[in-house]
Amino acid sequence: MLVQTDPTPSAPLQADAAPVLALAGVTKAFPGVKALSDVSLELYPGCVTALVGENGAGKSTVVKILTGIYQPDGGHIRVDGQDIRFGTAQAAADAGVTAIHQETVLFDELSVAENIFLGHAPRGRFGLIDTAAMVRQARDILDSIGAQVDPTLPLKELGIANKHMVAIARALSIDARVVIMDEPTAALSHKEIQELYALVETLKAQGKAILFISHKFDEIFRIADRYTVFRDGQLVGAGAIAETSEAALVKMMVGRDVSQIFPERTAAPGDTVLEVRGYTHPTEFADISFALRRGEILGFYGLGGAGRSEFMQALFGITRPSGGSVHVDGQPVRITSPADAVGHGIVYVPEDRGRQGAIAALPIFQNVSLPSLGRTSRKGFLRLAEEFALARTYAERLDLRAASLDTPVEKLSGGNQQKVVISKWLATRPQVIILDEPTKGIDIGSKAAVHAFMAELAAQGLAVIMVSSEIPEVLGMSDRAIVMREGRMVTELQGDALTPEALVRHAAGIEDRCCCAPCSNPARCC
Amino acid sequence: MLLIGAIALLLAVISTRFPAFVAPSNLAHVFNDTAPLILLAIGQMIVILTKCIDLSVAANLALTGMVVATINVIAPGVPVVVILLVAVALGALLGMFNGVLVWKLGIPPIVVTLGTMTIFRGLVFLLSDGKWVNSHEMSAAFKAFPRTELLGLPVLSWIAIIAVLIFAIVMTRTTLGRACYAAGGNPHAATYAGIDVGRTQFWAFTISGGLAGRTGYLWVSRYAVAYVDIAGGFELDVVAACVIGGVSIMGGIGSVGGALLGALFLGVIKNALPVVNISPFWQLAISGGAIIIAVALNAQASRTKGRIILKDAEHAS
Repeated sequence: MLVQTDPTPSAPLQADAAPVLALAGVTKAFPGVKALSDVSLELYPGCVTALVGENGAGKSTVVKILTGIYQPDGGHIRVDGQDIRFGTAQAAADAGVTAIHQETVLFDELSVAENIFLGHAPRGRFGLIDTAAMVRQARDILDSIGAQVDPTLPLKELGIANKHMVAIARALSIDARVVIMDEPTAALSHKEIQELYALVETLKAQGKAILFISHKFDEIFRIADRYTVFRDGQLVGAGAIAETSEAALVKMMVGRDVSQIFPERTAAPGDTVLEVRGYTHPTEFADISFALRRGEILGFYGLGGAGRSEFMQALFGITRPSGGSVHVDGQPVRITSPADAVGHGIVYVPEDRGRQGAIAALPIFQNVSLPSLGRTSRKGFLRLAEEFALARTYAERLDLRAASLDTPVEKLSGGNQQKVVISKWLATRPQVIILDEPTKGIDIGSKAAVHAFMAELAAQGLAVIMVSSEIPEVLGMSDRAIVMREGRMVTELQGDALTPEALVRHAAGIEDRCCCAPCSNPARCC
Repeated sequence: MLLIGAIALLLAVISTRFPAFVAPSNLAHVFNDTAPLILLAIGQMIVILTKCIDLSVAANLALTGMVVATINVIAPGVPVVVILLVAVALGALLGMFNGVLVWKLGIPPIVVTLGTMTIFRGLVFLLSDGKWVNSHEMSAAFKAFPRTELLGLPVLSWIAIIAVLIFAIVMTRTTLGRACYAAGGNPHAATYAGIDVGRTQFWAFTISGGLAGRTGYLWVSRYAVAYVDIAGGFELDVVAACVIGGVSIMGGIGSVGGALLGALFLGVIKNALPVVNISPFWQLAISGGAIIIAVALNAQASRTKGRIILKDAEHAS
């Protein structure tokens, strides 16, 4: 049933197996828009299929159909060749389909074992939950995936990586035949990603069919066996990974050639604008010192939990440091609140843009003017005309697309929401802009736009701090990069010393190992 | 807006059975009767907007009312202007007490105001010794103020109208109003934008308290009686008026106009049901039913909106 379309050559199927789960000609419309039209997808046992597409291509809709959250308007879902209807999420689970979401959907207050077995806990006498058996089975499953987690701990005491392990254990506990992983590595550090890859191999060996959704091409080529590409709700190609290339996939995704080359930057950095000396926090980081010049992009690389975001939050006045000083234009300044930081020309675009970025229900212009209200108001009264003018200036500069500036931010696409967040910070006329994981979870086209924009900001004399966990981005964008590990600055790299191996080695704290799997071109560093 | 239609429909249905209800003079009476609810609903709307709730408004009203009534009994010569200022100041002070507990100690607002609700009622009891302050003990000027007619409407109505206008401007045209929407719409993002969420909530409680205090005097003087249980349970009507008026209990969404319409909707129902001869039991049931229907319609409206978001999201890039 697989629709083979150009430019992919017909790929041989895993000859020894029939698809365990297949979508055929599935269509799903929402009022006014077709989210999926006539798409097909086949998942084979023991095979990792990568689902690739830009934001809005229909990937999430497919996941929701496969897990019984949406019902398709047309087409078939087949399990072992039999037509089936997933009327509810439970029906999909009963058929052995399970999904591990980007943001894990678990319960903080329940124990690890309870999370794993919620809804299908082992029963003892009188139909009561057999806690001992539940803990025992949970431990078995966790051991089988190599997770060092005590099943009796409450989930909230676990780190993000271990929570992911619990989510995976939960998927395994229902004896899933199909495991859907929706950007599973987005929140993980390098080491955790390696462990996840090993786990995917284990699942493959157990004969499970895996649907792997990712924006990262290096990992797609690392672990996927097959690929399916969606564009604008349509299937544009499918086949074996071995028979395609990164460039071909990108072309299918965007329907045009997109160079993954980072923008060329020539401007020489100017005067020192920000200097941080010995910044220390009681628990999160210690002794961070650096100087930043106008027109410079300074990368901060490290693994998850290295204290990069925590340091940035302290620099922005969200949390208080216990020692150290900040100098802006050579003058010592005290930053005890975000308002102080903005006042000194330092702004922070947080990583979690949904939670910390925009205010969804407020219109675009009100979001843009929010940190600049001091300028657009007189004696506490707002000047709406000035707010509009401010918002219009930055909306045009960032090519923000919306029906009007009165449109609530929640009605915009993810990319445009991000432009609103960036507009609002630029509107404060900052000297230093801190971008925390600026391209996390966005598609390639938008990534290139963000990179170009970052280069433009630097060219205009803004000092940019970029926190990033993507090695190509750190290499491609930064003039210098600081590597942090366990709350400390390990090294500062620039020029020829700024290499993928150096970043990984310092971030992981290993001296003699050459390991550079996360970079997109392993041949370059090994 | 849907709610204006609902109120119009309600009035139309009532007029078929009891035409006199929609006579202008009676409508003015209904408005006047609803004025205290409108005043409290405005304050409550602002508090709910910041992701909080103020259950102490009715108790605040009772305490302030008892204090000003007692002042009037002890010193009948104190002019009404002073009484009004005392009522607003005392109410605002009680509101600030809520606000400080929420802001500085981080106690959930529902817990804080449940506590202060009981404390305020207890204070009324201590102050009055459980006794009533009756009509004959109050001075004539004290009682006359809310009933005095200006341009055909009683002062009570005018105060509600002026409060609606002032707070409509405060909420749409001042930095404080904007901070309320931001703090409730997304507290994290508001913090990052340099807005002190706790302080914004503090001011919201202060406004709510001030309005409750002012209403305390108006209530006591209009009904010419003050006792421990006045406006008992009224806080629930106030919250209901907000919810009917489209104020999101999750914070960040709502308007003064919405709170006004919500209060009027409840006011029309409460005034109309007795005149069309419906038994008291059914009056309660119908009021309750109307609340649920109004909220369900609101939820429905926002669900359609959700689809549009989805459409845009799917449509993007």
